[in-house]
Amino acid sequence: MTTKLFGEPVRRREDARLIVGKGRYLDDIGHSALAAAFVRSPHAHARITDIDVEGALDVEGLVAIYTYEDLHGAMAEPLPVLIPHPQLTAARTGHPLANGEVNHVGEAVVMVVATDRYIAEDAAERIVVSYEELPVVVGVDAAREAAHAVHDEIPDNVGARHHQETGDVEPALAASPHTLSFTQYIERSASMPMEGKGVHARWDADDRSLRVYSSTQASTSVRAAIAAKLELSLEKVEVVAPDVGGGFGVKIVHPWPEELLVPMAAIALGQEVKWSEDRREHFISSAHERQQRQDVTVGYDDDGRITALDVHVWHDHGAYTPYGIIVPIITATQLVGPYVIPVYRVIVESVYTNTVIVTPYRGAGRPQACYAMERTMDRIADALDLDRAVVRERNLIQPSQFPYDQHLTFQDGRPVIYDSGDYPGLLDKLRALVDWSSVEDLRAQAAARGKLLGIGMALYVEGTGPGPYEGGHVQVLGSGKVLVATGLTSQGQGHETSFAQIVASELGVPIEDVEVTTGDTRRFPYAVGTFASRAAVMSGNAIALAARGVREKALRIAADVLEVDPGDLEIDEGLVQVKGVPGTSIPLRTVAVLSNPLRYAFDEAAKQATQFTTHDDTRPPVAEGDAPGLEHRDYYSPIRSTFASGAHAAVVEIDTQTWEIDVVKYAVVHDCGNVVNPMIVEGQVHGGVAQGVAGALYERMAYDKDGQLQNASFMDFLMPYASEVPDIDIDHQQTPSPLNPLGIKGAGEAGVIPGTAAIASAIEDAVGRRIAAMPISPTELYDLMRNDDTELTEAHRRRSGTGAMA
Amino acid sequence: MTNVDIERTVTVTVNGVPREATVPVRRLLSDALRHDLGLTGTHVGCEHGVCGACTVLVDGDPVRSCLMLAVQVDGRSVTTVEGLARDDNRGGQVLHPVQEAFRECHALQCGFCTPGFLITIAAGLEKRDNTVELTEEEVDDMVGGNLCRCTGYANIKKAVHHAAATMRDAG
Repeated sequence: MTTKLFGEPVRRREDARLIVGKGRYLDDIGHSALAAAFVRSPHAHARITDIDVEGALDVEGLVAIYTYEDLHGAMAEPLPVLIPHPQLTAARTGHPLANGEVNHVGEAVVMVVATDRYIAEDAAERIVVSYEELPVVVGVDAAREAAHAVHDEIPDNVGARHHQETGDVEPALAASPHTLSFTQYIERSASMPMEGKGVHARWDADDRSLRVYSSTQASTSVRAAIAAKLELSLEKVEVVAPDVGGGFGVKIVHPWPEELLVPMAAIALGQEVKWSEDRREHFISSAHERQQRQDVTVGYDDDGRITALDVHVWHDHGAYTPYGIIVPIITATQLVGPYVIPVYRVIVESVYTNTVIVTPYRGAGRPQACYAMERTMDRIADALDLDRAVVRERNLIQPSQFPYDQHLTFQDGRPVIYDSGDYPGLLDKLRALVDWSSVEDLRAQAAARGKLLGIGMALYVEGTGPGPYEGGHVQVLGSGKVLVATGLTSQGQGHETSFAQIVASELGVPIEDVEVTTGDTRRFPYAVGTFASRAAVMSGNAIALAARGVREKALRIAADVLEVDPGDLEIDEGLVQVKGVPGTSIPLRTVAVLSNPLRYAFDEAAKQATQFTTHDDTRPPVAEGDAPGLEHRDYYSPIRSTFASGAHAAVVEIDTQTWEIDVVKYAVVHDCGNVVNPMIVEGQVHGGVAQGVAGALYERMAYDKDGQLQNASFMDFLMPYASEVPDIDIDHQQTPSPLNPLGIKGAGEAGVIPGTAAIASAIEDAVGRRIAAMPISPTELYDLMRNDDTELTEAHRRRSGTGAMA
Repeated sequence: MTNVDIERTVTVTVNGVPREATVPVRRLLSDALRHDLGLTGTHVGCEHGVCGACTVLVDGDPVRSCLMLAVQVDGRSVTTVEGLARDDNRGGQVLHPVQEAFRECHALQCGFCTPGFLITIAAGLEKRDNTVELTEEEVDDMVGGNLCRCTGYANIKKAVHHAAATMRDAG
């Protein structure tokens, strides 16, 4: 059977347009649109005392200028807190344009609309905004100390205290044979898609309807937000995500100020308006993620088995909390990883700083969680003089223990119950793939070349595919074409291909006949969005269910025509046929025609379904409970998330002259259940690992004490080129999810999660000094090596007699 | 009108076709291609010459079109991603081996950086003697100046080898 494409490395269908320059990204739309540009705050914390637009007024081509004073009704209210949580007791959001105060460099203050972007920027630079500067809070420690407040009415800078515990941690620690404690830090990076955000809006004044294109990960919710904020009826607003040039999380946040202001201006001006974010704007006015301080105390026995774990996280969430405390909740709940932790307590204090907001960036709190747990494992191994892999092995949840309840509440409000997995299997495969036992030989070889070599590993469990739901619609046309729609958006993951594979397999049609539309509210108005490694799990299963519905209906109609039992029929290559009886068949496209009883024949195919062609006059043409058309709409709503897992290892080699850190080997073992398209999943792993290595060694947001982002360009923010990304060895394991019909788990974020933890471990192993702040640059490593106060590892003390380290 | 708004008419051969555009002298080549000539396949990722998404060929050499003014290409020849494939004289197109290789090797995900890579690699491969085995150093050189956030580059490098093999086999 040629149509069973599920699990095959089918080449991507979207590539046909993308490789010839025929993609349609946001800025490719609306050539005659007016252009918006923004005056953004140059200060991290200030009161606005005056806005003088006089100088801009004589710029030829200027069309309109908007400040907060021009916002009315719901637009003048603060932006929504998208994900409320009872422990987010002091939520704050900004306004579409600053209302008297700015809280980070880059906050939008004035919007200018002009005939083109050049002129809009000319006008913007002639607008003079006067500020009274206020004290600035930068970094998680300054926020904790709270010498100054970001928001006056929140003097301790704490937006939320999130607390979960699975038992009484203090007595459990007191009863533990050993305990150790440490503090570590992790820095900010950002999603940094190659295409920034962008919005195009067109108002049809006669129809009083609005079409908005946005480079978003959540078009249905952008639509709802625009309707609410601009006080329009929902059916008068449609939102389309065109080709999206990467998202990685930043485009799940909505409504961005520009997603409201651009449509507002389009309506007011009666003309198309477009805003396309430039790279500097993306750095200073989109979103970042990852900065945390983590205080860890762990109890363990002589074998290295954990008896109790107590973690206190301070999470920097930036100036506002539009996305709630999703990121720190994920850190708190994913921290336990693949391990049995008898008693666990986590307290997260999520704090305000005068910096860009913090919202999910691929991994979304999980890299930090993995960093905390895996570095704890390293410390236990070091203290007991045990192999780091052995300590992990002794703490792993066993395959017989599934479903495994961690007794925590996940980001979706549902219990953290691991559905399936084989963590010892992952660890075994990883040790083999990276040749874990060879490290001492490699270390000696490197030493002979004057290099320091080290190895590290990190394991993770990733909650993927959270609800509440996604939907799918499958329709067979009389032409034989199969239209598939889901409201969930795409940002480069190949959904047009994966979803087409699912439909081709479920329905028994050639993939060439399948056309997939994503993220267009005209085609599918109910959706949640693309985030949390959920597209394949959620929309994939919804589309599979919809295809099964179509199949059932097709078999029913065909059974009538062929006068056989539906159970005797199968569909292959678009032909409904009696099993084992070649020739007794009807094309699916004919079934589609027959499914819609007609009065009017508009083409040859339609004649077959007209009223004088069909002869059964004993029943109504459309039976009771039936509907015309060979189509089906269905939804998938999971009881809870499904948990993927994986294990990474890194071997680093360090030059003792330059302290350059070279990742010479990077190994990945990956388990995301059943795989729709292994080529695409492997691509996701590659991309994730590149971002993991980037977060460990290169990328950080370099804020100075005044809250100025010092590296807000691709010249200074070290996003890796090919030369920085190591070759990756991948091995796979497939533990299907019992929770969903297709048995799949999410794969989008996995690659990024263990990078920081594994590489920190490898560097520590190489140099024998504690690595407790990531990312780490050659300069920082050099400073660490020169500093007499740097803590040495026990392994180093044990090894130092060998002369591996001078 | 300020002096930056002074307009000039630029005559340029784009993808083999003579084109004319009247543009303000400050108009970037990237913007002129995209917005004045409607060739939106050239993408703008940073506007400061680092990411390479906007790379086009000017008289056969790769340049960052965001670092060049449209008036600078007056009288010259520009190739964009739309010009990489050639007509098959039957109303269709024959893809460049690099384009084929990108699809075959899954060397793109979101596709936004892809035109810059395709242009740069195509120029690199066409300039070399394809009968000589391609080295990793050459591959690194061809892909090393462009940013991609999706793929981690592994499949882009694979695609360079794949395209080189196709070009060698085609003689």
